[in-house]
Amino acid sequence: MGKTDTLNKTAEVRTPAENPVDKYLRMDRMPHIWCPGCGIGSTVNCFVRAVEDAMIDIKKLAIVSGIGCTGRVAGYMNLDSFHTTHGRAIPMATGVKLANPEMNVVVYSGDGDLFAIGGNHFIHAARRNLDIKIICVNNFTYGMTGGQVTPTTPQGIIASTMPYGNFEHTFNLPFLAESCGAVYVARWTAAHVKQLTKSMKEMMSKKGFGFIEIFSPCPTLFGRRNKIADGLEHMIQFKDKCKIKKGASAKEATFDPDNEIVLGTFVNTERKTFMESMNDRYEKVFGPKYVRYGEE
Amino acid sequence: METKEKKKRKAKGTVYIKDELCKGCGFCIEFCPLHILAFSEKFNAKGYHPPELIDDDRCSGCDICGMYCPDFAIFGEKFK
Amino acid sequence: MKADKEGVLTGNHFLDGDHACCEGAIAAGCRFVAGYPITPSTEVVERIASRFPLVGGIFIQMEDEIASSIAICGGSWAGKKSMTVTSGPGLSLMMEHIGYAAMTETPCVFVDVQRGGPSTGLPTMPAQADIMQARWGSHGDYEIIALAPNSCQEAFDLTVHAFNLSEKYRVPVLFMLDECVGHMTEKVVIPEADEIEIEPRKMTNKKPGEYLLYETDDSMVPEMVHAGEGYNFHITGLTHDERGYPNLTVDTQAKLVRRLCDKINKNADDIIMYEDFHLDDADTVVIAFGITSRIAQHAVNMARDEGKKVGFIRLQVIWPFPEQIIRELAGGNVKKFVVPELNLGQLVLEVERVVAGQAEVVSVPHAGGTVHNPEDIYEKL
Repeated sequence: MGKTDTLNKTAEVRTPAENPVDKYLRMDRMPHIWCPGCGIGSTVNCFVRAVEDAMIDIKKLAIVSGIGCTGRVAGYMNLDSFHTTHGRAIPMATGVKLANPEMNVVVYSGDGDLFAIGGNHFIHAARRNLDIKIICVNNFTYGMTGGQVTPTTPQGIIASTMPYGNFEHTFNLPFLAESCGAVYVARWTAAHVKQLTKSMKEMMSKKGFGFIEIFSPCPTLFGRRNKIADGLEHMIQFKDKCKIKKGASAKEATFDPDNEIVLGTFVNTERKTFMESMNDRYEKVFGPKYVRYGEE
Repeated sequence: METKEKKKRKAKGTVYIKDELCKGCGFCIEFCPLHILAFSEKFNAKGYHPPELIDDDRCSGCDICGMYCPDFAIFGEKFK
Repeated sequence: MKADKEGVLTGNHFLDGDHACCEGAIAAGCRFVAGYPITPSTEVVERIASRFPLVGGIFIQMEDEIASSIAICGGSWAGKKSMTVTSGPGLSLMMEHIGYAAMTETPCVFVDVQRGGPSTGLPTMPAQADIMQARWGSHGDYEIIALAPNSCQEAFDLTVHAFNLSEKYRVPVLFMLDECVGHMTEKVVIPEADEIEIEPRKMTNKKPGEYLLYETDDSMVPEMVHAGEGYNFHITGLTHDERGYPNLTVDTQAKLVRRLCDKINKNADDIIMYEDFHLDDADTVVIAFGITSRIAQHAVNMARDEGKKVGFIRLQVIWPFPEQIIRELAGGNVKKFVVPELNLGQLVLEVERVVAGQAEVVSVPHAGGTVHNPEDIYEKL
């Protein structure tokens, strides 16, 4: 893959480059299963660039996904990758991080996986300030199973299990993350690639529990039922309706498709991580006979 | 050929496209800051029209198309 | 390989079964435990929490049993021998990840200190009613290994063995105490570290690029790698090929699932452990495990004292089930098998299956909450 014969050079004749993202991906598994116009791939593109920009040792980078469309991300990344059970990416990541603290551990999963079935794990990992990073691609639906309602589906939206329009209240994910103790919280869309890449880099360079929510189109199961012609139209809507606000509070990060939607970095702070707190505590109790765990 | 080569020196970069990975979503075309990508006439094996560069000279190689592409089918590169 | 000295509490102790299990885990080299408190198993993780800081281990009390059971899978792939501890209601919550560990061939140990059920049941009182759940509780076809100690000494010894089997066969091992064994206190002798045999993890020597995650030889057990070593492995609960990539085809499913079962079934002789008594002349054989085996032993002794030809098999490994010995006995002089257990008849079903009508099979059930009277068993002999 990526060799001369598979590249269609449209400009000047010159030595064609490898796509810089290829080495981070399992190109032997491409094309991937995501639908035309799905935004998950765009976010992966940004993630790969962020990892490169942050100069993270990819040998020490693990990616963990749950189940669902975004749950397939782990399988496409050429890293130590874990495709777990539904909703359990965060506790799997907890095990990997605690057993080998050298690893940078990223959880990449969807809104249903992380916040419906997996919600309990999210709030506790944030509370502990476990040093893992959570990337949630929020497409407002369960794409893999046919477009059911999720905890982030806006009210009024048609879903296969809300055939008359969703009437449930929704989560404000950034506010949830902040109130549970995340040290980095941001929200972007798949249409804000530059900001998203920069934000991912910023989060990856930080210690502690980080969270980025990314709105993404699901043309097949969300858009089709809700009069959004295709992924591109949804991406253009994100561009039009979302406003980047500096210093915004996570409380403002609601989602009402009829009104302006706030994007940006809501939280960027410091707090002792789970491991630091544990080591400090044990050191205080045991004195010099305690060997700090996971620190060289 | 000679003249074309010279003319292209104006471009600061270019894009590479893997036709077979393209699913025709149009993200790269819509979000190219210079609006110099368009659907091509050709089909790939899956029946999609991959994009092509319609104005070689102006490509800056900014790679915005590469960042948007959900299928890892296009990327831009600045000339060194 | 011998046990690492660090952490082995060599000497004579007076410990309950839960604490002995904890010491067994530490001696076996377990250094990652994720758990959620549940009676009557909690003493295991309480002791782990107090012992781990000074032996280089890490314990985390997770938010629930679901989280604990997947965290240990992560811990195992990141290089630590890993364990979780629970009882019936928690075991029910862990079922999906027993299947996940079996599917991904993750070495790990699930300790289940059994109490009365169903549901919340009898939190502080014994039962042996999780036996079938241990074997069949997760969906799909797979094999696990399950052990049942009947003393505090065995709670130590067999915990070490549980880790060894889990490493050797890359399979989740269920370590099934019952509330009685978990909470009774007895003398436990912890040997010198160099007297404790440890099965090392079967790591690969191959380089990244040459190595396939689920490639196997005749042993049917693939070589393992850990996160951070540069292999860029992928594990998934989906049906997968030798590379670990999802491959949802009939052929891959058959090959994978059959191997997962075969690696245990075809090595059953190596895994099975039981003690037998008086089988030579027996026309009646009692089969029991855990605390019930100690009551049954008494009943057998009573019968022997009266000259009855009663034999006894005491299972230490329950799954895989020791089919061969029972089949041989049934085909020989044994006319009757008596199966007392602290449930309404679970393991007896397995005995009936194996005996296949060649002898009488008598269940001595008990709904749990206490143990049998020896007379209840004796009457059936």
